[in-house]
Amino acid sequence: MMIEARGLVRTFKTKRGPVQAVQGVDLEVADGEIVGFLGPNGAGKTTTLRMLATLIQPTAGTATVAGCDLAKDPVGVRRGIGYVPQSGSTLPEAVAGDEVVDHARLYGVPKAKAAADGQRLFEELDLPGLWRRQCKTLSGGQRRRLDIVMGLIHDPKLIFLDEPTTGLDPQARANLWEHIRGLRDRGATIFLTTHYLDEADALCDRILVIDHGKIVASGTPENLKQQVSGDAVRLSIADTSQATAVMKIVRELEGAVDVETEDDVVGFRIPRGGSVLPALLRSIDAQGIELHGVEVHRPTLDDVFLTMTGRSLRDEDATGTDEKKETAA
Amino acid sequence: MNVLRETWIVFHRAMRLSLRNPMWSILMLSQPLMYLFLFGPLLKPITAQISQGATTNAYQVFIPGLIVQLGMFGAMFVGFGLIAEYRAGVIEADRVTPASRIALMAGRVLRDVVVLVVQSILLLLAALPLGLRAPWAGVLLSLVIVALLGATFASLSYSVALITKSEDALAPLLNGIAMPLLLLSGILLPMQIGPTWLQRLSDISPLKHVVNGVRALFRGDISSSSSLWGLFWVVLLTVIGLAVGARTFRKESA
Repeated sequence: MMIEARGLVRTFKTKRGPVQAVQGVDLEVADGEIVGFLGPNGAGKTTTLRMLATLIQPTAGTATVAGCDLAKDPVGVRRGIGYVPQSGSTLPEAVAGDEVVDHARLYGVPKAKAAADGQRLFEELDLPGLWRRQCKTLSGGQRRRLDIVMGLIHDPKLIFLDEPTTGLDPQARANLWEHIRGLRDRGATIFLTTHYLDEADALCDRILVIDHGKIVASGTPENLKQQVSGDAVRLSIADTSQATAVMKIVRELEGAVDVETEDDVVGFRIPRGGSVLPALLRSIDAQGIELHGVEVHRPTLDDVFLTMTGRSLRDEDATGTDEKKETAA
Repeated sequence: MNVLRETWIVFHRAMRLSLRNPMWSILMLSQPLMYLFLFGPLLKPITAQISQGATTNAYQVFIPGLIVQLGMFGAMFVGFGLIAEYRAGVIEADRVTPASRIALMAGRVLRDVVVLVVQSILLLLAALPLGLRAPWAGVLLSLVIVALLGATFASLSYSVALITKSEDALAPLLNGIAMPLLLLSGILLPMQIGPTWLQRLSDISPLKHVVNGVRALFRGDISSSSSLWGLFWVVLLTVIGLAVGARTFRKESA
């Protein structure tokens, strides 16, 4: 196990009294996995990550990270991990290559090796010719990749990425995902946080869904989606007065749940929505009801989140201020 | 020793950044130079009175105060640079490395001390044509005092910067401390010429004793009680300053 945490708790003192940002998190990450922490801003993702990376001490709980005990040997943990924070890790005025070499030297990497490794990582992470450039002249995507070089320069077994693609345009995000998959192919274990559903879906072998400081679900993306009861089907009716008749037909289907109507749409959930559709459409047609359209949606991670918490992840505003406040406390 | 090696790495990085943009260090030196050229001449008519007849050269009295002022003010505002580093995530990136927390501070403080000592030497050279004369030993000891004072104020400044993490809080706080320290230190005019109550008030300020000590060193009274008291106070301040700074850098929220 690369990470094994039991009962991690973190309480912050605020003006309104103590706030339990993380309320007893258990988690395990195996060697070579990409595991994602999915949850809205303020759910406790960054706080948990910062505890595992030795930046803040847990109020309660124990953890072994990269083979070292978090409480007894934080320096050992630091040697084994790379951490790519949300806030960046280089000074805008500094020269990119200098920042990388100095960072590596703080891990005890000799200067010449640090420069050679750094330049190789610049090539691998698509930063050619930027070694002598001032950090502030780099684009957002380049700056993010530079942060990843900083996190990788001492060749850690385990890499923490905090919201790696926040603020990047879609092309830069997709590009960064490729690079993150590449890190795993080199044998590293990756633990990342995200509040993007597509990111968790596209990138992670396993997802831990966290809300209000607790893990509410975990599994592979496919696995999690199967826990949601079936596909969502939406029928648009030409004549709204026939909605009741359509609902009656739908209710007779085996396994149909959450039957609802809104304006001219009747919606419901049913396992294997695609296969029940032909028979359903025939019954509707037999009663002389005309449909405008039919939609079938496979469950998304957002449905998973909705099922687990009763809220949609998409509804959350993405400012991230809550979590910022927590980490500063 | 790992701590020394790590301190050197942090110092080296900080120094390189300072040298990349030397404007800041040059601007810091312009303040004492202005005092030297625009305020120093005002002291000439009263030099004999304020030095109790020891000298008629105003700069003999004024320069020691100015280098103490440089040590204090030059180091006091270094916290702003640390807040910029904090914002950029550099402090966090430093803290996930296995490097000693003390080294992360000490390296930066060392850079500030080097900059201050160089500035002080330039200031002394600028005062030579104005008639400043002082014994080598006294000047060297004075530079040590400036270095220690710089280390003290730099550590405290970093400490406050890491606690507040905000320029808006740091600026009024530092100005609020700097002003009374300057006025009560006797840097601009020796406190001996003031009324008794003001003298007693200034006795509380360790900086006044440091200034008096440096003045004595410039006169060559190396073993006088003034110099010894000055040394005593500056060493005590340094111990306190470094301890506070180290504590803040070790603390998890820093």
